[in-house]
Amino acid sequence: MRRVSRLTVAGAATASLALALSACGGTSTESSSSSESKGDKGLAIAYDVGGKGDQSFNDAAYAGLEQAKKEFKYETADVEPTDGETDADKTQRLVSLAKQGYNPIIGVGYAYAPAVKAAAEKYPDTTFGIVDDSTVEADNVADLVFAEQEASYLAGVAAAKSTETNTVGFVGGVDNPLIHKFQAGFEQGVKDTDSKVKVISQYLTQTAEEGGFSSPDKGKAAAEGQIEKKADVIYAAAGLSGQGVIEAASANKVWAIGVDSDQYRQKALAAYKDSILTSATKDVAKAVYTLAKAVEDGKPEGGIVRGDLKSGEVGLADSNPKFKDDAELQKAIETAKEKIISGEIKVKSS
Amino acid sequence: MKKFDKERVLLAVAGPVIALAVAFALTSIVLIASGKNPVEPYTLMFQQATYSDIQVLIINQASMYYIAALAVAIGFRMNLFNIGVDGQYQLAAMVAAVVGAHVALPAALQLPLLILTALLTGAFWSGIAGVLKVTRGVSEVVATIMLNSIATAVIGYLWLPTVFGVKVGNNNTTGEMHESGWLPGIDMGAAGEVYGFVIIAVLLGIGYWVVLNRTRFGFDLRASGASESAAAASGVNPKRMVLTAMLLSGAISGLAGLPILLGDTHTYSLNFPTGIGFLGIGIALLGRNSPTGIAFAALLWAWLDKASPELDFHGYDKEIAVIMQGLIVLAVVVSYEAVREWGLRRQQRRVGAELAAGHVLGASASPSANKTEKQEVAGR
Repeated sequence: MRRVSRLTVAGAATASLALALSACGGTSTESSSSSESKGDKGLAIAYDVGGKGDQSFNDAAYAGLEQAKKEFKYETADVEPTDGETDADKTQRLVSLAKQGYNPIIGVGYAYAPAVKAAAEKYPDTTFGIVDDSTVEADNVADLVFAEQEASYLAGVAAAKSTETNTVGFVGGVDNPLIHKFQAGFEQGVKDTDSKVKVISQYLTQTAEEGGFSSPDKGKAAAEGQIEKKADVIYAAAGLSGQGVIEAASANKVWAIGVDSDQYRQKALAAYKDSILTSATKDVAKAVYTLAKAVEDGKPEGGIVRGDLKSGEVGLADSNPKFKDDAELQKAIETAKEKIISGEIKVKSS
Repeated sequence: MKKFDKERVLLAVAGPVIALAVAFALTSIVLIASGKNPVEPYTLMFQQATYSDIQVLIINQASMYYIAALAVAIGFRMNLFNIGVDGQYQLAAMVAAVVGAHVALPAALQLPLLILTALLTGAFWSGIAGVLKVTRGVSEVVATIMLNSIATAVIGYLWLPTVFGVKVGNNNTTGEMHESGWLPGIDMGAAGEVYGFVIIAVLLGIGYWVVLNRTRFGFDLRASGASESAAAASGVNPKRMVLTAMLLSGAISGLAGLPILLGDTHTYSLNFPTGIGFLGIGIALLGRNSPTGIAFAALLWAWLDKASPELDFHGYDKEIAVIMQGLIVLAVVVSYEAVREWGLRRQQRRVGAELAAGHVLGASASPSANKTEKQEVAGR
């Protein structure tokens, strides 16, 4: 009796499942594409871990979106990820945006690479962009990559020139190949400028899920540890966690170097801005805007779009007057910059 | 006999139904408090569930949740709390991916090899906690949490280009697996592909039920869970049971990552889903450790996951689903306890009534059988 009833339940469950599958033939894409109006929709971006409000990487993409929205006066969208999602979820998100008529659609972060590839195949008439990845090869996909190591090299020069204790720190958000580029450039910049200066490098977490890019408390603890070891300039390449680094630097009266956006100018960090020496910028905003403009002008280009020191899409921000007015420091940075652009200095990327 | 069945089903179903109703109601209050329509998000999410491509996503995701929850449930049945499912399945998927990329056998051998690799890796990782518990008395909760962190570090090490890592752009991968190790899915046309591993997940559920309810080992395991001293008195070696349960739980967790690994990504990269082990704990709880209950719970969870992103396009926050998941787990704990007590009281009243009516307990076979079975229900 008991066994039969259990088996019946299991059987009924399986059957109802199979029924549900076969009964509902329409996919979400088919059923609503006809009713959606197309044409008035423009740029859409899908954020990476950390999402909007990280005062850094994702916000830079959002700045580009705002600019495009203002200029082209069309509807835009920006969507955040969920924790622990799969490639299929990301694909679903991009396909959903494409189905609603957004164009172009940009995945912010290399994690979107498989999703962008899949979505671009389904919607060949929509232009897709992917930030920080150069592995997706399709006519309607623009790979927006940056030479982060070059800006980081300059940050290293600035750090080596500004330190008094001959010790500087590097805080990486997550131990992954992208952040290794920042570390490699920074360490090389420091060593080339002054070989006596010691670099303490540290990563907050092994994976993004553990919060390496989204935990200011972890950043703060790491920075405090480095300050205890006499570091007096700390470069944070850690997304939102970088806020904690800047906070700790400000509390201990040492320098912090920001990343991605010009963090000196950010409202959320206004209280600590006097401690922000400079920021190694990565102009995701410009790259996002440029792609939107190309689509608006009707001539989007696929392939790799590389932002480097030469194109001005990576560089050092000079909003802090103490940094800008330091002639000797500026000269050293200018020299290094010229050498990198001319190819005299080859910056390592790992 | 028929009457008894009703009682049993009522008790089993009341808990989750009350919990779900409470969770829905509380979520609606949250929606109203934030000035939004309290009904539309549900209609949107139900509508999503009618689309075939979303259904495929739900089933695929649920298969991973299901296996992870089964692994947790094995421990639960024995009063062991295996929090380490998360680390076990990730490490197992990683090792299976590495083996899959470096060994090329025909599919008939390759697939069993990969599955065996995942089983053994998962069992090895949870076995460490098991051995620590039986030899040194270390709580398996603490040991498995620590082992989760260590697993992450081990994965980071294996990802090094000098070890097994292959860099693709800015992503760490283990290189693509040989095609013989790809498990073909069930093609649903435009809706996508259902992972082939879904069938194995169903078989695991059936196997779980058979082993626990129809074998001596399963009886010993449940007995040890109910009362360790009583089980020991009846000749069960408690230490051996702890170790076996941990190994079994770990072995099953090892499979939790395989649906997506063998069916879709074919590599272990930074994009590999994490946190399924922790979700499995809530799902096992909601499913009351029963294979059918867990199946429904896993589908419910996957539905909340896959239907919620659509909310973003209609002015709602998809985090509503996360709030719901949290509330469900909370409500489940409270409502199960409440239903259990209510069931106990009903049972006592009945026994009292039967005694008052002059029946002698155990006089006929059927009431006494009913009684023990009822106690089993109540004891869960």
